[in-house]
Amino acid sequence: MRLALLSDLHANPGALQACLAHARRCGATRFAILGDLVGYGAEPVPVLETVMELAGRGALVVRGNHDTAAQGEPATGGTGEHLAAAWTRAQLAPRHREFLASLPLTASIADALLVHADPYDPARWQYLDRPALVGRALGAAQRQWGASKVFCGHVHQQQLYYRAADGHPMAFAPVPEVPVPLAAHRSWLAVVGSVGQPRDGDPRAMYALFDVAQSRLSFHRIAYDHTAAAAAIRAAGLPESFAARLERGR
Amino acid sequence: MRLQEGSVIDGFVVGPRVHAGAMAEIYRVRYDGGRPDPGFPMMMKLPRMGGGEGAENLVGLEVEHQMLQALEGPHVPRFVAAGDMHRLPYLVMEYIEGRTLQQMLDEMSPLQRRPAAADIARWGRAIALAAHSLHRQNAVHLDLKPANVIFRADGSCVLLDFGLSWHAHYPDLLAADLRPAIGSPAWMAPEQVVGVRGDPRSDIFAIGVMLYELATGELPFGAPATPGGLRQRLWMDPSPPRALNPQVPPWLQEIVLHCLESTAANRPPSAAHLAFDLGNPQQVEVGARGLRTRRTSFSSQFRRWIRAAGLHYEPSPLPAERIDEVPIVMVAVPHRDTSDAVLYGLRQATRRSLGIRPGARLACVAVVDPDPQAEEAAVHRYHSERLRQWCRGIDLHDRQVSFHVLQSDDVAGALLTYAEANQVSLIVIGAATHGLALRRFIPTVTARVAAEAPCSVLLVKDAPPFALLRQAAAEAA
Repeated sequence: MRLALLSDLHANPGALQACLAHARRCGATRFAILGDLVGYGAEPVPVLETVMELAGRGALVVRGNHDTAAQGEPATGGTGEHLAAAWTRAQLAPRHREFLASLPLTASIADALLVHADPYDPARWQYLDRPALVGRALGAAQRQWGASKVFCGHVHQQQLYYRAADGHPMAFAPVPEVPVPLAAHRSWLAVVGSVGQPRDGDPRAMYALFDVAQSRLSFHRIAYDHTAAAAAIRAAGLPESFAARLERGR
Repeated sequence: MRLQEGSVIDGFVVGPRVHAGAMAEIYRVRYDGGRPDPGFPMMMKLPRMGGGEGAENLVGLEVEHQMLQALEGPHVPRFVAAGDMHRLPYLVMEYIEGRTLQQMLDEMSPLQRRPAAADIARWGRAIALAAHSLHRQNAVHLDLKPANVIFRADGSCVLLDFGLSWHAHYPDLLAADLRPAIGSPAWMAPEQVVGVRGDPRSDIFAIGVMLYELATGELPFGAPATPGGLRQRLWMDPSPPRALNPQVPPWLQEIVLHCLESTAANRPPSAAHLAFDLGNPQQVEVGARGLRTRRTSFSSQFRRWIRAAGLHYEPSPLPAERIDEVPIVMVAVPHRDTSDAVLYGLRQATRRSLGIRPGARLACVAVVDPDPQAEEAAVHRYHSERLRQWCRGIDLHDRQVSFHVLQSDDVAGALLTYAEANQVSLIVIGAATHGLALRRFIPTVTARVAAEAPCSVLLVKDAPPFALLRQAAAEAA
């Protein structure tokens, strides 16, 4: 069974469809959405419709900070983010808001924990960008959920952390398309990157594919029409920086 | 735990035990139930689980599993299967028939006579080519030693035991912030001693230690058992091989000591460069390093010891990237029906192709017709001198250059064979879009080289106005 891991869609349906199509071509039969379905992007409704349909057919979906903000709680980040959250809220129908409100903070599949940001305190949206924080996250996942693998998003870059020979978490920058075996006797934390808003200088969408039977994880970069996504942001009157970000990938 | 011969594990019938080492035991195996073997003999490797080193051996097996699945080519045993790490960890892989360098060394020692330099160069070249094949796949062995190098009957070399290896595409399971250096003390490179993993030049250092052993019967840095003893190689020069065995020719000592330089940047920049030197001893530029017969003086060793205390190593880029930065560039220099413009264009293209990094090397090649009337050495001298003169216009910035005159009536074939045998990274060749005699002949050579080359080919056109003017003049005349 192959599980597609998609995070930080950010109201970008073009990027989402491109990743889903690639995952299906690679044999994915299950889907997990790791949060931040909305925010930044100009097309939250098509993204929500797609995700709600996937969820109806068994996809696992967890909630991110932007999903929480779109329900009315204040968003993290600058005033641009606040305005965008208010804009997003106005686009959504009640059933979309209900769907977002119904999302759990975590989900489990086999020995893996799915979470948007940090399993140590899922609602605090901590960026896992340092090995020390990853060590705390791996410990929490093991203690609270008995999980030896954590799949998450939030940080818009792909990264794989593992416990090295001396027990300390080490960061590894994955090479796209190369399946890495995740041995069951080790603990792993994979940041699958962002579908809808890459921030590493490459505008292509990111997602990851986990082969559950063989326990192998591959990271992917998928080209999509990011110009159209940026044009939609400008047309909606959202901040110019959100559009430029998609074009630069940064 | 010793496996019973004839017992069956996960569909493999256990055969005789062929090796029992400190880390692992090795058994020959075949498929159960009369299933035919995969086209090669197989062996099963089981880690030793007793004592305190069980966990470490298990990680080694995990690393080797990762490596064997990722690597390909004739210099690595083929992977067959792996056992469950929780239940019964093992690896099944190709059993290589041949003799390890360790076996060869063991047979030599009582005789007290060292092998001929030409034999050492041949074996060393085979090992370097095997290492290069690994480095091109983004991997570094990091535990090359005589027991892990095996020669098939055809003289080619296969590398064994990837338990300490490193691959740029996979997390390094052996990485750690604080731990003693891992590796085999006698062959370990200085940067490994301070914890750097992933530099292909560490393998070149290990090959240098093996060449030293072959040439002198001794280990250049002994087999230290303490961290202090290991650190000696950060600053200490070994005795020159010629001090221990006067039969060692200067070119071999030059190559061996080049590999054993304590700073990785001072070693041959890639295993292909090393193989090139070992395959072309007459082209090795012998310097003071090759001629020395005494050890470095105490005072200069002492200065280096001071410096080693603050030793700093640059982080290593991916092996394949590093190899691309230090290409072996081969330029085919025409020797007739040519013009100054063509030769100038070739020089310009060659200079650019060498890139900005030190370490790239240039091989100037001319293919000449075999002439039964002429004395071979004279032909060789004449064309080598022509190549040298052509090359004088290129600012080489101390990069190595060599000159090769190949006698063959098949120009393209000779160029291709040369490029293949020497792991050339780039062929620079004139596209020959001008001239009268050339139009019929050279384009077919160029086209064949471009189509069949094992590497990239740079086709060099000379500036058209000059060529056209000359052509018009020739036609008028």
